[in-house]
Amino acid sequence: MSERGEKFEVIVVGAGPAGLSCAHLLAKEGVNVAVVERGDFPGSKNVMGGVLYTQPTAEIFPEFWKEAPLERHIVETQAWVLTERAAFKAAHRHEDFDQEPYNAFSVFRARFDKWMASKVREAGALIIPETVVESAIMEDGKVVGVHTGRPDGDLYADVVVAADGVNSLLAQKAGLREEIPPSEAALGVKEVIALPRESIEDRFNLTGDQGATIELYCDASWGMVGTAWIYTNRDSLSIGVGTLVSQLVERGIQPNDMLEHFKSHPMVAPLLEGGETREYLAHLIPEGGLHGMPKLSAHGMLVVGDAAMLVNSMHREGSNLAMTSGKLAAEAILRASQWGEFSAESLAYYDQLLRDTYIYKDLYKYRNMGRFFETHPEFFTLYPDFLNEAAREMLTVDGLPKRNKQRKIFWDAMRRRTPWRMAIDFFKAWRSIA
Amino acid sequence: MLNTVVCIKQVPDTTQVRIDPETNTLVREGIPAIINPFDMPAIAAAVQLKETHGGTCTALCMGPPQAVEALQKALSFGVDRAILLSDRALIGSDTLATSAALAAAVRGLAEEQRVDLVLCGKQTIDGDTAQVGPGIATRLGFSQITYVGNIESVDVEARRLRCRRLLEGAEEVVDAPLPALLTILKEAGEPRYASLPAVIKGLRTEIPVWGTADTGLDPSEVGLPGSPTQVRRIFAPPQRERGEMLTADDGNPDRAADLLLDRLLADGVFEE
Repeated sequence: MSERGEKFEVIVVGAGPAGLSCAHLLAKEGVNVAVVERGDFPGSKNVMGGVLYTQPTAEIFPEFWKEAPLERHIVETQAWVLTERAAFKAAHRHEDFDQEPYNAFSVFRARFDKWMASKVREAGALIIPETVVESAIMEDGKVVGVHTGRPDGDLYADVVVAADGVNSLLAQKAGLREEIPPSEAALGVKEVIALPRESIEDRFNLTGDQGATIELYCDASWGMVGTAWIYTNRDSLSIGVGTLVSQLVERGIQPNDMLEHFKSHPMVAPLLEGGETREYLAHLIPEGGLHGMPKLSAHGMLVVGDAAMLVNSMHREGSNLAMTSGKLAAEAILRASQWGEFSAESLAYYDQLLRDTYIYKDLYKYRNMGRFFETHPEFFTLYPDFLNEAAREMLTVDGLPKRNKQRKIFWDAMRRRTPWRMAIDFFKAWRSIA
Repeated sequence: MLNTVVCIKQVPDTTQVRIDPETNTLVREGIPAIINPFDMPAIAAAVQLKETHGGTCTALCMGPPQAVEALQKALSFGVDRAILLSDRALIGSDTLATSAALAAAVRGLAEEQRVDLVLCGKQTIDGDTAQVGPGIATRLGFSQITYVGNIESVDVEARRLRCRRLLEGAEEVVDAPLPALLTILKEAGEPRYASLPAVIKGLRTEIPVWGTADTGLDPSEVGLPGSPTQVRRIFAPPQRERGEMLTADDGNPDRAADLLLDRLLADGVFEE
């Protein structure tokens, strides 16, 4: 190598929601930022279920809904508890969700991230695609830049932001985190199924650009710890299932079979009827929660988004945590550059900011949930069955008095799980999410 | 000194393109745009000629504004200069109009500096015609050598070059005077993996955009008015139905022939 590589003020590794949010806020403040992305273009490697929340996005891209490529605004959210032949459904719809600024949108990440990247470029950041960052350049225990896979591929910076996703080689090699264990990673498999607009609007009771989401549990993920989803796009559905990798391995189930099992469920198949699969995607989702969260800052480095395991699996939230963490990282960097001090202590301001937000508070609230459900499979098999059987019994008119039906439901359940066990299960479940 | 122009096109990555069976149009949504893969060896050859003989190497691309990405990439591979030919008047150009526009741009470049060679890929992966390169050569009055697998030698002083054409079942060594237009095959090699400083330089380069006015083109020569051909429909050929096998129960070929004849008569292929 002839000379030392170019120096930027900040290098963001990964052009996903976390990295682009961070880069946008920094570039707008006149910071010299480079974003290094391994994909062909920003968004090309990004996968998410398909729901984007307005508030955290608008904090970085005000009024984005007026120009960004969006699919539908979500007016209705449903939750279904599936057993093999039944579904117990709950739904909520509100007129407020049908008005600007809207609460959430269905989006295609690849298209939306490309748009975000164009904004980041306009703000003055340099986005370098098709370039893999292999590791951080360390000098005296400080992160001072990155090695990329290209010839003469070193770049230097005051701060490197690791926004390189769930496996974050960068944070691993800088010693901030370990490889993600199978019990803390879920595998999400997703399909985009093309359907005519009218069919979608009929099947989901929508008009215009209204959209709906369904989260499905229990038999939806074949009784494994996980969830499934169906989101409406303009003329397609995003559907998918996510389950813990450890459970797939334990039960020897192929991810694709899991998705097919879900698609063929008698309550799900009619919604997809006549559709044509347009895309098939799979991605790892960090599910470590608070326990899995790595060290978030070091001298010259911050970790954001999936790389920092910032996913709230209970509420299907990930991209918003990513964007908010990117924003907080930008704030911490701006403060650090005012002082001209990029030490671990100075950048730890990011940790402090994160602790004061919903991100840390929500992850704290659900910190024991993952482990609890992993060790209590009855919540994915036995209890959904009780629920659906109880509903069926009460709704079946067969000459049996309702009081007798209630007794029958009670004693059927008791035979399968003692009241004492049930009380303990639900108490513990409540404790793990309260 | 040898001055080369390499013509490239930005195309959808057809390995990822599907045809919408209802509307019979290409589904380009979310499909990444790439440099036409057949243009890559042309870029590699142009850069190599510059390194061997000195002179300049200019990439020329006709397309929508986002085609600057293809040119930025060409710059990262070692091309010195890039020009985007982009104008609403060019929309709908067929191969005749496209070659008129590109030839006009090459003439524009030649006003600034002598152009010795124009290199093109052998064809694009989205149109598959292989007509534009020869069209440019004809309009410019350049020597035209297609399917070049190797540029064997260039004598800048004598203004001649020698190329090896790769044909089906034969190779042909051709001598021709400069200026010349060559269409290049993948055997000519791929551009080197770009260094990071080269990638960054490409991304930072402001690429000039030329319109019809800059190249002295008459709008009636290009776009829809200048295009005698139009693509009516693009479709995936229907799956061929499987043939039917007629076999006699006893395996007797005479019997099978009778069955076939009965069938053909029944279907009205022959009249009795």
